[in-house]
Amino acid sequence: MSQAEGTATATPVPPREGDPEITSEVVADHGLSPEEYQRVRKIMGRDPTFTELGVFSAMWSEHCGYKNSKRLLRLLPTKAPWVIQGPGENAGVIDVGDGYALAFKIESHNHPSAVEPYQGAATGVGGILRDIFTMGARPVAVLDSLRFGDLDSGRVRYLFGGVVRGVGDYGNCVGIPNIGGEVQFDRGYEGNPIVNAMCLGLMKHEDLITASASGTGSPLMAVGARTGRDGIHGATFASEELSEDADESSRPQVQVGDPFTEKLLLEASLELIASGAISGIQDMGAAGITSSASEMAGRGGSGVEMEMTDVPIREEGMTPYEILLSESQERMLVVAEPGREDEVRRILEKWELEAAVIGRVTDDGMFRVLENGQVVADIPALPLTEGCPTYEREGVESDEIRALREADLSEHLIPEGDLTKSFLLVLGSPNVASKRWIYHQYDTTVRTATAVRPGGDAGVVRIRGTDRAVAATTDCNGRFVYLEPRTGAMAAVAEAARNLVCVGATPTAITNNLNFGNPLKAHIYYQLREAVLGMRDACEAFETPVTGGNVSLFNETDGRAIYPTPVVGMVGVIDDVSKIVRQAFRNVGDDIVLLGDNSGELGGSEYLYVTADLVAGHPPSVDLEKERALQQAVLRMNHDRLLVSAHDCSEGGLACALAECALGDGESPLGVRAAVDEDLRPVVSLFGESQGRIVVSCDPSKTDEVLRTAKRYGVPARRIGSVSAAEEGFALEARGASVSAPLDALADVYFGALPRIMDAPVSDR
Amino acid sequence: MKVAVVTFPGSNCDYDLYKAVQQVGAEAEFVWHRERGLDRFDAVLLPGGFSYGDYLRPGAIARMSPVMEDVIPFAEKGGPVLGICNGFQVLCEAGLLPGALVRNDSLKFRSHDVRLRVERVDTLFTSDYAQGQILRIPIAHGDGNFEADTDTLKALEDSGRVVFRYVDASGEPTEAANPNGSWHNIAGITNEAGNVLGMMPHPERAMEELLGSTDGVALFTSLVSSLSGASA
Amino acid sequence: MTRYRLEILVKPRPGLLDPQGKAIHHSLNSLGWEGVQDVRVGKAMYVDLDAASESEALEAADAMCRKLLANPVTEDFEVSLVGALEGAGS
Repeated sequence: MSQAEGTATATPVPPREGDPEITSEVVADHGLSPEEYQRVRKIMGRDPTFTELGVFSAMWSEHCGYKNSKRLLRLLPTKAPWVIQGPGENAGVIDVGDGYALAFKIESHNHPSAVEPYQGAATGVGGILRDIFTMGARPVAVLDSLRFGDLDSGRVRYLFGGVVRGVGDYGNCVGIPNIGGEVQFDRGYEGNPIVNAMCLGLMKHEDLITASASGTGSPLMAVGARTGRDGIHGATFASEELSEDADESSRPQVQVGDPFTEKLLLEASLELIASGAISGIQDMGAAGITSSASEMAGRGGSGVEMEMTDVPIREEGMTPYEILLSESQERMLVVAEPGREDEVRRILEKWELEAAVIGRVTDDGMFRVLENGQVVADIPALPLTEGCPTYEREGVESDEIRALREADLSEHLIPEGDLTKSFLLVLGSPNVASKRWIYHQYDTTVRTATAVRPGGDAGVVRIRGTDRAVAATTDCNGRFVYLEPRTGAMAAVAEAARNLVCVGATPTAITNNLNFGNPLKAHIYYQLREAVLGMRDACEAFETPVTGGNVSLFNETDGRAIYPTPVVGMVGVIDDVSKIVRQAFRNVGDDIVLLGDNSGELGGSEYLYVTADLVAGHPPSVDLEKERALQQAVLRMNHDRLLVSAHDCSEGGLACALAECALGDGESPLGVRAAVDEDLRPVVSLFGESQGRIVVSCDPSKTDEVLRTAKRYGVPARRIGSVSAAEEGFALEARGASVSAPLDALADVYFGALPRIMDAPVSDR
Repeated sequence: MKVAVVTFPGSNCDYDLYKAVQQVGAEAEFVWHRERGLDRFDAVLLPGGFSYGDYLRPGAIARMSPVMEDVIPFAEKGGPVLGICNGFQVLCEAGLLPGALVRNDSLKFRSHDVRLRVERVDTLFTSDYAQGQILRIPIAHGDGNFEADTDTLKALEDSGRVVFRYVDASGEPTEAANPNGSWHNIAGITNEAGNVLGMMPHPERAMEELLGSTDGVALFTSLVSSLSGASA
Repeated sequence: MTRYRLEILVKPRPGLLDPQGKAIHHSLNSLGWEGVQDVRVGKAMYVDLDAASESEALEAADAMCRKLLANPVTEDFEVSLVGALEGAGS
């Protein structure tokens, strides 16, 4: 018997009247394999009851049990001196200086959003906020990382519009600023949108609280909203493939978010934690009471006993099975200090919320559930939470994808001369164009701390009362990961770090969201494994450990998987807010300097997608050492106050990066005169998405020092032009080709693209 | 001088407002919506946010809060009352200001900087601005479209009770500069006596260069100087 | 006492701009229902209320609308009785 199987044993429990008999079909419907069911029987020492089967099914789903990813996740670096809390809690926590700690995490709500985009996205934001404030931190920023199919489909526009409204309405109502994120549109996500939400919370070190149940006899209290039948088996559902009838009635009832209750719960929870009347608190998220209670017991090395008839319910006649597995939103499980239940109730009453004692902490290591005093489930807690079988599989690359990667792109390298038409096509593609249509629906300035709003390389919120700020970004180019998973995952980490450096922040740690297809397929497992390995190498190189995250597998519709999308949510620290850098050019006459070299690939680029409808070729290579040197150099330049602006080169290549610097937020655009002289085809110079490049601008008197600093760090650097007056427009040359346009034409293409698509009057579903 | 910042369930700009008041040197105190008695305060501020989740209509349920039973007489006696965003909606629902704030004409929540023209500098809240000054201040609302019947609108304009208007960079109240469809680009109005101001934009978010603008500061200094002038 | 179910319709006042209605109107036209001439969007609320009589229930609902449920500046309302609920009240 392994340690995880513990020593506690299950006592016999008679079947509950009205519950279905357990047959092999019932077991299969619960997502458990015959081997897994045998493991359940071994742990129980008998057949489980229907209620117990439901509990195992939820806890051993991929969503809660990580059975297909756990062994890979162990490969990731998780430690650094500044890491206060690594993986395994509601959120990771790092030290950010001056006595402050930052809790942060990313989480997916892909499946619910595919079915009901508005509520799916809204409840996704709600869940991640709760993960943060249950650590004792006040949420200070949200980011959203989204993927959809191409916007020429009405269904995709409906999903995109609904998700944006859902993310916005929830965060806006609770009053947490959205400071950034990203979105990619590509047919690779048709049918399976990705909705990942990240939250950052600040606290003083001493306010940290963890989610564990200890102290025999301590009362367990259900706090917040009542329990209904919403989302029963959502965790199991999130661990299956979707089929065409995904939006039919066979699916669990859609969870409905109530951001108003969430706001009250947030304030009440922080007050509860400050009062000292509780010793543990956890969100009833995926798998509801089951996961919150069993995980708290598991972490605390204790047991729990709960009476289902004491749980405040919203609908009549709910069975213990339903109550245990309900995913009704805006609920918390709290371990109160014995004798202080009334204090807990008073705090909740002040915030117009309910609290009910539903059980207590025990010392027998059992997860025990009663109905009117009758035991209906009695499961050893530790094997339930830790004993989920984990699998390691064979991974084999798909021949089809290998062929795509090795495709001959030479015909696409031919164009030269005036490439302005292609330039405007790339700049106006929804993947490159301004995302203002999205973030103008998000409150970005509430809490009066947002120093860099969405639209820049990374969002920045200052820490009031200090000179410090924290920066955050989410990144992942799914096309790169699809074409070459290891390189693509490294690129995701590298780009995130580069984005932070561009606002003046030192990259510190990451949270990751691994969005993949069905890992039981060898080529998907290959993608997952390779991506984790790439992420490991990059995180080690940048000293940005992984402090937690989320895994979302089975993102497939009718057998077609999404692009493998390991989203990286990275945070960084700025020790002096006066050193924050922004991406827009600011002064006519400033020099423009390009740092880093173009490694020459055109594979996976937006240029290929919009001009040839192609996702193929080798994605840009990642040289971690050079990348690190580049980032160190830029941080140094910033420290020495040499830079006026800094911007990462990514989607759309150098041409689009320069256009973004020129346009800024559209208020006061400036012109650009620049030329690059690289030994490459001009389309690669202009539109290639080579990693490891940053465009900076500086006063001409500082240019020599910028170039010297770059040299000291071994970073290639050259002055490529200067910022000119707006009337002079935008002009960029490469060997044998050029692009040029007046600024208002660029602005129209760049800012107008998404509104033109999304605000067209008809939107059929 | 002491300023009350009322917190309704769902208010989320109360803290920002509290900090803005402190920044201009006045004393601020949170007042929970069930608390009674505003006599000890020199001014009452109703913050932005989503009181009661904006359920039913923005401000409609908060308007029934116990504290409003004190805010109304406080305003009627001439005490300065400022409502920002959701606070403006509460004031309209409570009848302290005319009209109503309905869904933005774009049907979307709108959050970005807008430009405002200061139309009146002879109010308690705007004396530190210059007449016609153009401000850059964030908005963040879904229901900021000011509507009223024709007589009310005419009366507002005729008596010069429009204090702020949405304008473009050159100061013109154009349709493009109007973020929500408000009649005559109205962004803020006062009551007849001039002691109650409601506005959709958030001056408390424009208090520091680091965050993008300092154009809100003068609103709070105006309030403080008019109050200290009155009590001197 | 009997438990009555009341239906309350809250409607935008005639002449008031209704952007939501306008957008739906436009969509319906574009989808081929060219005959659609106007769309106005309001709210329906269902209130279950114990009262001594139908008229008392209707009166109470009317008062609720005036006090809270409708904003007289922008909205009109209409109250109707759905019926008495079985097995409730005492």
